[in-house]
Amino acid sequence: MSRVIEMARLMQGNEAVAEGALAAGVRFFAGYPITPSTEIAEIMAERLPRLGGKFIQMEDEIASIAAIIGASLAGVKSITATSGPGFSLMQENIGFAAMAEVPIVIVNVQRSGPSTGMPTAPAQGDVMQSRWGTHGDHPVIVLSPSSVREAYDLAVRSVNLAEKYRVPVVLLMDEVIGHLREKVVLPSPGELEVVNRVEPDVGPEKYLPFGAGDQGVPPMANFGSGYRYHVTGLVHDPKGLPTNNPVVAEKLIKRLQNKIDLNLDDIMIDTGKNLEDAEIVVLAYGATARSALQAVKDARKEGIKAGLYRPAVLWPFPQQKVGALAENARAVLVPEMNLGQYRLEVERVAGERTRVVGVNRVHGELITPEEILAALREVHKHDARS
Amino acid sequence: MMQDLEKYLRVNMFPHMWCPGCGNGIVLSSLLRAVDKLKLDQNQTVIVGGIGCSSRAAGYLDFNTLHTTHGRALAFATGIKLARPELKVIVITGDGDCTSIGGNHFIHAARRNIDLTVLLFNNSIYGMTGGQYSPLTPVKKMATTAPYGTIEPNFDVADLARAAGATFVARSTTYHSNMLTGLIAEGIQHKGFSLVEAITACPTAYGRRNKMKSPADMLIWQKDNAVHINKAEQMSPGELAEKIVIGRLYCKEAPEYTELYDEVIKQAMGQVSGSVTSITGKGGKTSG
Ligand SMILES: Cc1ncc(C[n+]2csc(CCOP(=O)(O)OP(=O)(O)O)c2C)c(N)n1
Ligand code: SF4
Ligand SMILES: [Mg+2]
Repeated sequence: MSRVIEMARLMQGNEAVAEGALAAGVRFFAGYPITPSTEIAEIMAERLPRLGGKFIQMEDEIASIAAIIGASLAGVKSITATSGPGFSLMQENIGFAAMAEVPIVIVNVQRSGPSTGMPTAPAQGDVMQSRWGTHGDHPVIVLSPSSVREAYDLAVRSVNLAEKYRVPVVLLMDEVIGHLREKVVLPSPGELEVVNRVEPDVGPEKYLPFGAGDQGVPPMANFGSGYRYHVTGLVHDPKGLPTNNPVVAEKLIKRLQNKIDLNLDDIMIDTGKNLEDAEIVVLAYGATARSALQAVKDARKEGIKAGLYRPAVLWPFPQQKVGALAENARAVLVPEMNLGQYRLEVERVAGERTRVVGVNRVHGELITPEEILAALREVHKHDARS
Repeated sequence: MMQDLEKYLRVNMFPHMWCPGCGNGIVLSSLLRAVDKLKLDQNQTVIVGGIGCSSRAAGYLDFNTLHTTHGRALAFATGIKLARPELKVIVITGDGDCTSIGGNHFIHAARRNIDLTVLLFNNSIYGMTGGQYSPLTPVKKMATTAPYGTIEPNFDVADLARAAGATFVARSTTYHSNMLTGLIAEGIQHKGFSLVEAITACPTAYGRRNKMKSPADMLIWQKDNAVHINKAEQMSPGELAEKIVIGRLYCKEAPEYTELYDEVIKQAMGQVSGSVTSITGKGGKTSG
């Protein structure tokens, strides 16, 4: 017990992300300053060279993501961090990383938008952009933490998932979690699961950099390791060479999607509170889930059977879980700091079985437990009437 | 292509996509001759291309090759070089790719003096998209997006590179391909950011619209207008107007970026660990 107290430290969410990334083996960071993510770059600038890693401040966010893709291809685990305007600039190269299957992590500490919005105000307006921001069909994994400790854990997990599935992973923070300070106890290095990309176990003549059956993740050879191959954002064959062959094209795009869709058991994480007998489910993520948890507790005291469902992986969408919850719940309440982006997806899955209600604010402040509680009372009253 | 250079090519990629009479093949063979002259290890060499007819060359070459997004090759290359300084990194790019959409990355890579070699295929036009003007198209030339002739002045990319901080700058043409080979080899050997501009012919999208009906006309134009730097130094600006100055234009020694970063690592590792929170503690009021 005393050991735990000794190891507890006060930490900011952004700092936890940086520490988590380093613990997962990240040794390269390229970025461009933007509130509310800048602390991550500042910490990396100081910490990376001490570990023999590299930090570079690039000329913009397009260059930042390009540089981390290059570093990852050269065999070094790499991340960048940004916020809305920078995240918009990164979209084309997120698509490149998806197409060329380069493991990278993009931390997006969301702030109010659109455009420059309110730079220091929290928001969750990039939820859909994180899934669909770049052109074309492509896989992406998006994680969203609700506490400082979870920011650390999900930073580690983001790096692990990127390496395992050779995909760009977005760690979708919000300003509240990014700047929140909490006492945390970090796992000791031995307790951490750290995943490294699988390297080829055949010689260069037999190596197929983009060949892995219909579903799989191909092994990845790093530049300079003796496997010479071509990496391109064009549709390519298993050797990496560009082609316009429709059969090869469809096979590739479907495999890219399948490698995520067929591994949901491994990828998805979520938590719940009081869901067993919940009549009204509050579905919340990120900072909003903290208010939602309080609201659920308060509602219970008033005899409202409320429960909280909190996806920590937002994309892929937790389709099965939400579908199952909708079977038993009379309503699903979705509070978000946007105009209802995730709610639309909940409606798509649950809308025919239950009532889906949003609590939406875009005023640059955290949604309070009271606002969610008021909505819970309203739904409860409505249900009692009908 | 000469037999001895075949080992550098992915021959299964041929036939290549370039038009008959395109100068890109000449530039490419100069590059391979330079690589051969220097005996570069194919496994330890990375070739990064942007987007355009010229950048497609990356796919034909048997090295570690990366075909990136339009304009961004230098930013990808910066990540590779900084992560693994022991790799030789060569960037192939077009006039539009390098100086228009990629112009910002170009000046900043030059400013850092990071050890990359840029081989710029300057055909004075956007070839791949069918003949729109680029920042290197001279004035009063015809392009599909300048049907009345171009009115924007063009960059002198060699001057631009030098002003931005490049430490090796050279130019040649596909007519002077032996000189081009030598300059590329020098650029690769030079420690720091090097630019080799290769004036090349796009008969399809540029020549035929600009009174050079055949690929041969374009080579003759290069021959007639190129002036070696040694001779150019004796000529007046008036005499040099419309001329192409070729040769090694500029070279100096300056600290190279990845080597400087290695010094940062040494300094950081020798340092007693300070508190990281002390860094995050300040500047809480800033925004942007
Ligand atoms: C973001 C983006 N914008 C536009 C294009 C379309 N595009 C492809 S190649 C090209 C111009 C290439 O010109 P240059 O760099 O001079 O190469 P060249 O084909 O002449 O060798 C353009 C505009 C693109 N691929 N990506
Ligand atoms: S369009 Fe011009 S640059 Fe492109 S391949 Fe044809 S001749 Fe070469
Ligand atoms: Mg061109």
